[in-house]
Amino acid sequence: MTTHTISAGLGLKPQHFDAALACGQAGLWFEVHPENYLMDGGPRLAWLQAIRERHPLALHGVSLSLAGPDAPDPDHLRRLAHLIDRVEPVLVSEHLAWSRIAGHYLPDLLPVPRTSTTLARVAANINRTQDALKRRIALENPSHYLHMEQHAWSEPEFLQELVRRTGCALLIDVNNVHVSACNLGIDARAYLDQLPAADIHEIHLAGHSADVSLPGLLVDSHDAPVAPVVWALYQHLITRIGARPTLIERDGNVPAFEQLLQERAMAADLLASVAQADAEQAA
Amino acid sequence: MSELTTDDVHYYPAFLQALLEDHSDDATVAALLRQPAFAVYRNTVFKGCVDALAANYPAVQRLVGSDWMHAAALAYARDHLPRQASLIAYGEGFAAFLAALPAADELPYLPGVAMLDRCWTEAHLAADQPMVETAALQSALVAGQDVRLVPHAATRWHHDAQHPVTTIWSANRTDPAIDPGDIDWHGEAALFTRPQAEVQWQAISHGACRFLDACREGQPVTQAAALALAQEPDLDVAALLGRLLLAGAFTAFTFN
Repeated sequence: MTTHTISAGLGLKPQHFDAALACGQAGLWFEVHPENYLMDGGPRLAWLQAIRERHPLALHGVSLSLAGPDAPDPDHLRRLAHLIDRVEPVLVSEHLAWSRIAGHYLPDLLPVPRTSTTLARVAANINRTQDALKRRIALENPSHYLHMEQHAWSEPEFLQELVRRTGCALLIDVNNVHVSACNLGIDARAYLDQLPAADIHEIHLAGHSADVSLPGLLVDSHDAPVAPVVWALYQHLITRIGARPTLIERDGNVPAFEQLLQERAMAADLLASVAQADAEQAA
Repeated sequence: MSELTTDDVHYYPAFLQALLEDHSDDATVAALLRQPAFAVYRNTVFKGCVDALAANYPAVQRLVGSDWMHAAALAYARDHLPRQASLIAYGEGFAAFLAALPAADELPYLPGVAMLDRCWTEAHLAADQPMVETAALQSALVAGQDVRLVPHAATRWHHDAQHPVTTIWSANRTDPAIDPGDIDWHGEAALFTRPQAEVQWQAISHGACRFLDACREGQPVTQAAALALAQEPDLDVAALLGRLLLAGAFTAFTFN
């Protein structure tokens, strides 16, 4: 599978464009939010195409509002399909969350009760998206902060059922699993162990931080290096499911590109050792 | 454990109300709102809007400072939530909002500066188009044909009748701060074009803006020149046309 030949990648920041373009590390790939590249033309789109000519690229959407009250915006889907034609991404992903209501976009990944009603609506929205984009998408678990009595499904069960109904893949954000587990008092390893290995096409790693005003609450802030506890969960996951394209996300306190490359190398080394162990076992 | 069915239709608007008003009439959302962590969502939503406005209005932000900008952007976001999935062009009405904001009374040039930030953003994001073929245009003009000039998709201009907004904006986008005492206080205009990859700008006159307005309205070039001269009697129209072509302001011309 072509999706498994790429190793560890980095979220692409505009300030790192020149360094990213010049970098020739094997297996390196980049990911961007397509929302930042849905313009009609101009230099930013040209930058992205230049990157794409050197490196594999993935599109990670944040605004399709698949768990929202409405079907995905057809105009947004058309623009996204056009960008996909332009940059031919290796992976396209979105979130199990909502952000759009009555024509307003709320720039966040908002929670929804996991009920059979929501399940049917999210499945229909994933199907509409996959039909419009003419490809399989991967669905990511968001970070959680609130206890909801209305949940009728655990998140791993809900994700697995969405995979079954729509044929979508999964993008597992290990940092989000850790943040949610801490905030809601669930077991992160047990969560990861319930996920269907074959359907996980991508993994995200990022840093989190403690909320400044709410003691005990972790926030998925993407403004720090990946925490040791998240590295341990990641190793636990890939030991079970095997190597998967893995992305390091960093959106705040962004360090020099070389520093991100070092963090990326940690993920690449873990992926290589897991792949080697799997190969030895198969031999 | 109750399944959401009929309540489902109320959940989303109730969540939005809770974000905006810190209040909910819906039992499910009220239970969420009672949890202190609900603030994480409110903070993230408004931080997203405020950060996008600060990014899209950098000269305004530099003039007013980040605290003032944060307060103004938050007030704008509460009344004008994003209507597009992408925030790269968020804040279309921010200049008009600033013009009506009592707190901005001490900085009467701020809306004009915001207009120029907006011009830059629109020029940056506009579609790629070819530049007008200058040789063909010159041949047509020399042959006495009255043509219509079509502005390039990335071309923007703005004239402020009262304030030196081009000087102030340019100083706050690129240059070290300028001493307000050094500014010759009169109305100014700016032209934004994207002849190669990057957005470029230059000061232009009020008459030049009238010429470009007329081109955008589809007036023939002779009529555009007449309107520009009515605005600015000593304007050198041939020199202006040369500057505009050099800046890449037009994508094409059409015959009448």
